[in-house]
Amino acid sequence: MKYLIALLLGLFVGAAVFAAGLIYNPFLVDRGLSPLSVTDSEVISLNFSSVPSDAIVFTNDGESRVEPFPEKVLQLWEPSIRLTSATATVMRDARSRTAGIGIKFSSRSERTRLLRGEAIVDSVWYVYRPGRGSLFIEQSENYWTFLREVGLPAYRSSANNWKGTWIGDLTVGPGALGTAAVTGGAGPLQGLKMQGLESLTTTAYSIDDGPVAAEGRLLIEMPGAVEDFEDEMSRE
Amino acid sequence: MLKTFIVGIVLGVAGAAAALYLYPAVDQHREASIVSVAANGGNIESFHVNVPMDRILVGAPDRKQPLPAGMEWPDDPLFQDIRVELFKIRNARDTVVGVAARTVAEDASVDVIDWVLHLPARGSIFVNMQPEPQEGGFRVGDLRAGSREFVLRDGSMTERWVPDTSGEEDAPQGRIELVTTLVGGQEAL
Repeated sequence: MKYLIALLLGLFVGAAVFAAGLIYNPFLVDRGLSPLSVTDSEVISLNFSSVPSDAIVFTNDGESRVEPFPEKVLQLWEPSIRLTSATATVMRDARSRTAGIGIKFSSRSERTRLLRGEAIVDSVWYVYRPGRGSLFIEQSENYWTFLREVGLPAYRSSANNWKGTWIGDLTVGPGALGTAAVTGGAGPLQGLKMQGLESLTTTAYSIDDGPVAAEGRLLIEMPGAVEDFEDEMSRE
Repeated sequence: MLKTFIVGIVLGVAGAAAALYLYPAVDQHREASIVSVAANGGNIESFHVNVPMDRILVGAPDRKQPLPAGMEWPDDPLFQDIRVELFKIRNARDTVVGVAARTVAEDASVDVIDWVLHLPARGSIFVNMQPEPQEGGFRVGDLRAGSREFVLRDGSMTERWVPDTSGEEDAPQGRIELVTTLVGGQEAL
């Protein structure tokens, strides 16, 4: 009997050691420098609030921690879309002026590999900027670092929340440099292929409510041909 | 007993690693695709939106009854000529398979009608529609981009409003029919 207890205790300790090793694995670290921060091309910045209640509409399966907003929005409870969320939000430029509207669809990805520190979300953005046309942004995001550095400390906190400053890039693909694929729709960007990156700045997070104070940012590297147009529009 | 405890630790580490490796952290539900082959090549797939029950959002200025209730459309002149709708989309078996966004905007230089279809287990497509409807009351648009399953596809999509004529009490007002015709594109060298 005592051998069985020792074995069970060992199994429990082993699983706990593994979990701790996974969470605090020093080899699974953030990439650091954004590939778009060293580009020579012009980069446009679109900012948005990542707090669901700041959005025009946010919806998910209705059973997740983060509740849909507004309360009576249709929920995505059907099996095919149960792991998906949809957001419509106002996008602002670098000077905090309203720049357009953004719609984001995010789905938890089957390419998630926690062993490799990959908590992957497949997402697409549709951004419409009046007078400047539309953009379609396709990306894979990795939330592992965010979960480890914000979600876990919030979970371990007695108040179930976290406060601090977390800044990180979420985009990890499909571009070879870990960038998102951006395609221009209507307007002057029509048909153009670009690169993009989504990053997140969080200062408060609650286990019960999700992000409490968080700002997202989309960076899009403009091709040279449209830089002049963007400059002209910015001056207007 | 110490040896048993150590063996337990090793087995615990190995078991946790094996469980994490073998058990999928995310398992998306898949509906079988209902695809037919076009006479001149390509795959035809049909989706639809039942109106009004599949509408998630109707965002437009000056709407008397916002959808969803309680939604506040931004009161900014920039959004004056934009109408954004979010829907659930269904396959030919009337099963929900994804979500979609339709954006209509009247711009000084160009009219915009864009669709984004997001099928969580498969990928997404972005279609830019021609503003003028064709004969027969449908619009045609080109696939501008796709993700995952659709990343190397070319093709087009049509949209058409089909009013309900069944007369049933709980029937939708009608449906937006979306038909995609996609062919395999070429990978960039």
